[in-house]
Amino acid sequence: MTDTHLPPAETARARSRLAMAWDSDVGWSFRRSPVAMISAFVTIALILAAVLAPLFAPHDPFNPATLNLMNGFTAPGTPNAFTGDSFLLGTDDQGRDVFSTILYGMRISLFVGFSAVAFAMVLGISLGLLAGYVGGWTETIIMRIADVQLTFPAILVAMLIFGVAKGITPIEYRDEVAIWVLIIAIGLSDWVQFARVVRGATLVEKHKEYVQAARLIGRSPLAIMLRHILPNVLSPVLVIATISLALAIIAEATLSFLGVGAPPTTPSLGTLISIGQGFLFSGEWWILFFPACTLLILALAVNLLGDWLRDALNPRLR
Amino acid sequence: MFSYIIRRVLQSVLVLLVTGLVAFAMFRFVGDPVDSMLGQERTMQDIERLRENLGLNDPFVMQYWNFLGRALQGDLGISYRQGRPVAEIIMERLPATLELAAVSGLFALVLGIGLGVFTAIRRDGFAANAIMTLSLVGVSLPTFLIGILLIYLFSVELGWLPSFGRGETVDLGWWTTGFLTKSGLIAIILPSITLGLYQMTLIMRLVRSEMLEVLRQDYIRFARARGLKERTVNFRHALKNTLVPVITVTGLQLGSIIAFAIITETVFQWPGVGLLFINAIQFVDIPVMAAYLMLISVMFVGINLIVDLLYVAIDPRLRTEGKS
Repeated sequence: MTDTHLPPAETARARSRLAMAWDSDVGWSFRRSPVAMISAFVTIALILAAVLAPLFAPHDPFNPATLNLMNGFTAPGTPNAFTGDSFLLGTDDQGRDVFSTILYGMRISLFVGFSAVAFAMVLGISLGLLAGYVGGWTETIIMRIADVQLTFPAILVAMLIFGVAKGITPIEYRDEVAIWVLIIAIGLSDWVQFARVVRGATLVEKHKEYVQAARLIGRSPLAIMLRHILPNVLSPVLVIATISLALAIIAEATLSFLGVGAPPTTPSLGTLISIGQGFLFSGEWWILFFPACTLLILALAVNLLGDWLRDALNPRLR
Repeated sequence: MFSYIIRRVLQSVLVLLVTGLVAFAMFRFVGDPVDSMLGQERTMQDIERLRENLGLNDPFVMQYWNFLGRALQGDLGISYRQGRPVAEIIMERLPATLELAAVSGLFALVLGIGLGVFTAIRRDGFAANAIMTLSLVGVSLPTFLIGILLIYLFSVELGWLPSFGRGETVDLGWWTTGFLTKSGLIAIILPSITLGLYQMTLIMRLVRSEMLEVLRQDYIRFARARGLKERTVNFRHALKNTLVPVITVTGLQLGSIIAFAIITETVFQWPGVGLLFINAIQFVDIPVMAAYLMLISVMFVGINLIVDLLYVAIDPRLRTEGKS
């Protein structure tokens, strides 16, 4: 799509880059693995559906003007008894189209997931590089904090951070900042993995000749860390980031399900599932079933993609 | 070995001091205790007197030290929401969580080892492969969805088991137990399966891979050559040697069982400390949150320490390494 905006020479280079990626070892392993291709396709399709939700969604679930309470509890595929409206995946108690709420909910789940992983990645990589390259007291302090945090499951850490942040923010802003608090909480609970891997790789890299050469010509430590070491430790980071994304999506869903995450005004998949659980006993199964399936498919696809990437980037398995 | 034990214990104490500091910081800086304790009609003198009485004018380190001292004596402050001592509320809720964790742990251990041995011995069989595939699905399901699925199947559709609560309980002094009544025993089935399923699959996979490793060894071949019964070889010789890592992993998983009980307890409205913690977050009840953090860190660090020391006791190789 973007190719058309580039001058011809640029286009050719971009294409050849794509072709290079396709011909590389990783590309070859991708073409040979049906699981990787299917999970990549599902992941991209779900991301596109979430990003383009306003185009796809038949209704805007957050605009009260378009909602009709008479449409509440319409079963999937069958017309409503009062209004005659039909909904692909049914409606919830307020007459919101379940298909549309899933698309908008997935938007929030993915936004929180990607942002949290990006935050954890930046924090983890910086601290890991610093610990590995500088060493000494800096390393001891950073890695000790990591050890203490690793004693506790990430989800518990995220809950605590969410609780404390909720205590600090004034009541009238709580719903507004909830999403950002969620991102920070999940991100802070997850940086340790990145820091450990980057530190380990940096310890190996920093004694190699190219780093010594860079030091010899007088490059600053910051430039050596970012321009020389970082590119060489990125492939394990990529694997962890993919697996972290699946974990972050599930963590977000869990927190929202427990009522300590996305507020009901901007429901994520987890919030939708917790709303649906209330109607399980009265027989309206679709309010729970479809968001739960979407979450499962999303998490499974990203997880399988991460698994494949780990094997594909592992030189020992080639 | 002695120096190793000392070092390990000191490390644990350090971790506890750090988490204690986090808990104290929450207690002290999130929300103003003076605000929450004095009503609308207060004077500057009241505030000053309360600050002095609560020790809020002392140096920070002094305050932290006093906080730790009080916590050690069981004084964890007063819940903002319930207006009762936090220690009392936690003691009331703790038996429910510990019973749930114990049953889940037992379920995970027994079924995990059993299925692990089974899938290792019949590794090419249909049943073993089906179990392995199912366990993959089980691992990728989030805990709360497993709970909802079980509720739907056994409470809504079949109507066999209750979907929430602990059933009737019996008071045994300060401990309330659900083990002595029929409704209590029925009520614990679904939550403990939900909580233990992940650990079960973990133990199963571990036992399976360890068993496969051991079954290849020479002494197993010799045991077979001696004409020992297949059962004797599998259980007396092979399984015994897989148990050391299993014990370690199980011990370490006990901590995460207690932490993940938060999710299970919310799904099943199980009246334990996990549910208490979630409610505390929802209502910003800082003293309860801080107390829960300290409780869980004592449990985690204690379990880790015991597992590490047991490991040294069981595995002689580590002892010599400690010496050198």
